[in-house]
Amino acid sequence: MTTMAKRGYQTEVHRRQKSKNFAMLLVLLGFVVLVYLVSVVRIGGG
Amino acid sequence: MTDTSLEVAGIEATKKAQDLAVQPAQSRVGDYFALLKPRVMSLVVFTGFAGLVAAPGALHPLLATVAVLCIAIGAGAAGAVNMWYDRDIDAVMQRTRRRPIPAGKVAPEEALAFGVTLSLFSVMLMGVAVNWTAAALLALANGFYVFVYTVWLKRRTPHNIVIGGAAGAFPPMIGWAAVTGAVSVESIALFMIIFMWTPPHFWALALYREGDYAKAGVPMLPVVAGKEETRRQILIYAALLLPLSLAPVALGMAGAIYGVVAATMGAYFLWLAIRVRRARDDASARRMFGFSILYLFALFAALIAEHGAAGIWLAALGVLG
Repeated sequence: MTTMAKRGYQTEVHRRQKSKNFAMLLVLLGFVVLVYLVSVVRIGGG
Repeated sequence: MTDTSLEVAGIEATKKAQDLAVQPAQSRVGDYFALLKPRVMSLVVFTGFAGLVAAPGALHPLLATVAVLCIAIGAGAAGAVNMWYDRDIDAVMQRTRRRPIPAGKVAPEEALAFGVTLSLFSVMLMGVAVNWTAAALLALANGFYVFVYTVWLKRRTPHNIVIGGAAGAFPPMIGWAAVTGAVSVESIALFMIIFMWTPPHFWALALYREGDYAKAGVPMLPVVAGKEETRRQILIYAALLLPLSLAPVALGMAGAIYGVVAATMGAYFLWLAIRVRRARDDASARRMFGFSILYLFALFAALIAEHGAAGIWLAALGVLG
């Protein structure tokens, strides 16, 4: 693998890792919001 | 070395090569989504939702959404664990070789961790947010799919899909339990419809994918008992499914719309089974497999439409009253 190809590969790996981290962040935020809403409904007797 | 031992050695070599070749950093978010078997998940979600809508009583819309979400995640998680366990045979079969693990996009241990985590998460969330009966049924369905079907039956017996098919039949029962907190005759009837539908559905597929299953060493009925016996079994199950699909009408949980859909589509399903028996070709088996998916969707869509319509009528009466 040439230096340029290696750099391109590392950039691609980095980009994919970032998108996975972002997806994880969205899932966790969604979970927090869900737990909050479920708590409100359950406490309200829903 | 015998043919069988060669095949086993080949599969083992494929498994080792996959485990070494995967570079987890290369995986995309979409690859993890593919692990959840989204197409299977859509049918599971639909039937689960139908059980929820058909059940007597009411559930807060948010909790109903959570229940459907848990069914979807639980089914997907079981699919991911199944893909982890079956990665050796998936690499050999034409139909499954592009799945994330055999394609080298997701590392096997990551797929396993992903599946187990989501499975536990879905059961716990169902228990805490909805009720523990629905959570227990969800755990049972997941455990049944992974341990009974995938690990125990799939590679051992041609009855794999008959018994293992129960795992896919749980969703309407889970949806029903989410509302009522219990298991009843009506929800068992919905379970039985999917249970009886599963063998002819998969055997129709296996009839024209027989070579694929044989190559992977999976003892599907056409591989072990032959195509003729498989066609006979498909016909028997389709004939039993027709009256069984009318059980919701007899139990008073469905009305005319469902009854007409179940009778006409069930009759056509039976006709296709007869065609499969007579024609003895792949085309008729393909047609039956394709229609079987539409058939199940239509049955549960009719149930949803009827109960949805009933809900609108009741709401309208409430407004007028």
